[in-house]
Amino acid sequence: MVFDLNTIWFMLIGVLLTGYAILDGFDLGVGALHLFTKQDVERRLFINAIGPVWDGNEVWLVTGGGALFAAFPEVYATAFSGFYMAMILLLFALIFRAVAIEFRSKQPMHWWRQMWDVSFSVSSIVSSLLIGVALGNIALGIPLAGDHEFAGSFFGLLNPYALIVGITTVALFMMHGAIYLVMKTEGDLHNNLRRWVNNAIIFFIICYAATTAATLLYVPHMVETIKQAPWLFVLPLLNALAIANIPREIHRGHDLRAFLSSCAAIVALLTLFGIGMYPDLIFSSPNPANSLTIYNAASSAKTLEIMLIIAAMGVPLVLAYTTSIYWIFRGKVKLDSSSY
Amino acid sequence: MDLLTLSRIQFGLTIGFHYIFPPLSIGLGLLLVFMEGLYLKTKNPLYHQMTRFWVKVFGLIFALGVATGIVMEFQFGTNWSTYSRFVGDVFGSALAAEGIFAFFLESGFLAILLFGWDKVGPRVHFLSTILVCAGAHFSAIWIVIANSWQQTPAGHHLVGQAPNIRAEIVDFWQLVFNPSSIDRIWHVYMGAWQAGAFFVLSVSAFYILRNKHIDFAKASIKIALLVAATASVLQLVSGHSSAVGVAENQPAKMAAYEAHYNTGPADLYLFGWVNDDQERVQFGVKLPGMLSFLIYGDSQKPVTGLKEFKPEDRPPVNIVFQSYHAMVAIGCVLILIAWLGLFLWWRNRLFSLRWLLWVFVFSVIGPQLANQLGWLSAEVGRQPWIVYNLLRTSDGLSKVVTSGQVLTSIILFSLIYLLLLILFIYLLNDKIQHGPATEDLNTARHRA
Repeated sequence: MVFDLNTIWFMLIGVLLTGYAILDGFDLGVGALHLFTKQDVERRLFINAIGPVWDGNEVWLVTGGGALFAAFPEVYATAFSGFYMAMILLLFALIFRAVAIEFRSKQPMHWWRQMWDVSFSVSSIVSSLLIGVALGNIALGIPLAGDHEFAGSFFGLLNPYALIVGITTVALFMMHGAIYLVMKTEGDLHNNLRRWVNNAIIFFIICYAATTAATLLYVPHMVETIKQAPWLFVLPLLNALAIANIPREIHRGHDLRAFLSSCAAIVALLTLFGIGMYPDLIFSSPNPANSLTIYNAASSAKTLEIMLIIAAMGVPLVLAYTTSIYWIFRGKVKLDSSSY
Repeated sequence: MDLLTLSRIQFGLTIGFHYIFPPLSIGLGLLLVFMEGLYLKTKNPLYHQMTRFWVKVFGLIFALGVATGIVMEFQFGTNWSTYSRFVGDVFGSALAAEGIFAFFLESGFLAILLFGWDKVGPRVHFLSTILVCAGAHFSAIWIVIANSWQQTPAGHHLVGQAPNIRAEIVDFWQLVFNPSSIDRIWHVYMGAWQAGAFFVLSVSAFYILRNKHIDFAKASIKIALLVAATASVLQLVSGHSSAVGVAENQPAKMAAYEAHYNTGPADLYLFGWVNDDQERVQFGVKLPGMLSFLIYGDSQKPVTGLKEFKPEDRPPVNIVFQSYHAMVAIGCVLILIAWLGLFLWWRNRLFSLRWLLWVFVFSVIGPQLANQLGWLSAEVGRQPWIVYNLLRTSDGLSKVVTSGQVLTSIILFSLIYLLLLILFIYLLNDKIQHGPATEDLNTARHRA
């Protein structure tokens, strides 16, 4: 590994995606869990728990997309045009999610609320699933031609491995979202949610085991780096510890710590993913020579440098006001006149 | 239909629908700063009630802007991937800067704006309003810079051999301050201020006509009218400056704006119909030499005509001509409405003339139409280039996407956007019918 501009940008895009998974991850998870409660008040609490922050969380995806476009335009162009129908579907899901949150509580009619509850939940699940499927395909490898263009088909993208990664992503976000809700609620709902967390953890562990097994069996290049540097096994170990710590903290009533453990698990997972991919950005299969790497897909050194300056100025600002917003809206969620 | 036409239709459809919302949030954002600022200064509960009502409306508009905005970022990659490979080095950094400097600011502090009334003090809330307004303005800067670079590329060089040629940055500041960016940012801002101001004007005039929320409506109208009058006049100035820039940097576009075929002294049409086959304007009324005069200050000075360009390098003339002229005409009407309003306010007759209030109610359509038409003329006027003189639109398409796929997505986008438009109008109408909340007036009184 050479610590050059391209590598730095590989890591920065990784940071943006991790930020996205940690932050939007919990509100996507809340969406995936939304229909599991039937009561209107509880559904409102769910939505208002993420109300002030979901929009800022999604900006991580927008900025990540922009950074990918700027730093690795070939990846952006190949993936977005190659996954055309999947991307359009993701867009529709994101549109419906945004308006469902905004529209749901604006009218009292039962059918109206039910309609937006279903769109909020389905679009959250579809978004998470598609993001996971995309990551699965990038890791497994997609057919790329010599000119970097995608040479496969839409249905080829729906292969078993990618689908397993997709479902694991949904499970991860459901677990993450359930813990977030435990943190934000009180009373009976809070106690019920504590049980949900356990179920969500079990669901996630099953999916995670399946993904790991499938990766070891069918995607050996993803574990190549770790095999060569065994000290990296510390990451899956950390990941396992972080996940194991969640029920422990929930049991003791340390909700915030449980949530931070879940964040740590996400960081460990995505770091593993990044290590497996490096220096590839999209793995080409069956022709690995056509893979898009951090070198053949990158912008000029000048642009990467300028963007590094922009990031150095912007990221501290972003972290500062993200932190203050979360601080201002800390504590249990309560419904009032300005709620959704 | 071929892939090129379909991809352009989809881009036009999605950007046109998206562009209903950002100008409203930029303009309304500015008005919110004035409203809340007035409340903090005067402690008049009316301004508190006003801010709270318009913040709610702002939230709805903002949500639609976010939902439709993410489509735009994705679409460069999905439908225009060859273009993305060509411009990524240049265009991408502007887009990333937009995310990091504008969107985080806007969405973060919007949370306080909408839900933070009881969580922070009045000053922090006001600061959040200012930051949301600033974020909305920043978000326009970067995307307009990127678009201006497509109109008047600068600060780059071309690297590689066709078909793998691409533009790379040489000088970042030249790119940012390319010849058209400043003029066009101002033009976009003024269009946005007009959109926000005439929107508030329209809703408030409606209340007065219905004899509801009178104090609220009168105070809102006064703020809106001041912004509308200022922005409308400044829009004329920025429009003029923009046009002079177009004449200098994009002569084919300028010639198409006025259907000016033969190089020589150029006329300014008030209206007309372009017959592109015969290369002349029919049924037109024109001011002879006026275009030359506006550009150069000399009615005899020659302006480059369309005949200097090969037919395949010319934009479609009539649509550019019509949209440009309609935009200018609407702009002039808006100046008239706003200044007439100011005059009658001064004469103390503003709220008694029902016909004028009805004009205000319908004036909301003006800036929306003008904004759409302006972009139509600017973007169609750039054709056949996607990056002026560097890359043809037909060479920017995605190579692996089929016309069948794009047709499918167009149909789906159309259905979804139609649904969103209906819901937006329904919910907006619902908010307007409910009107400002009396309890907001009381809480503010209580606090004061």
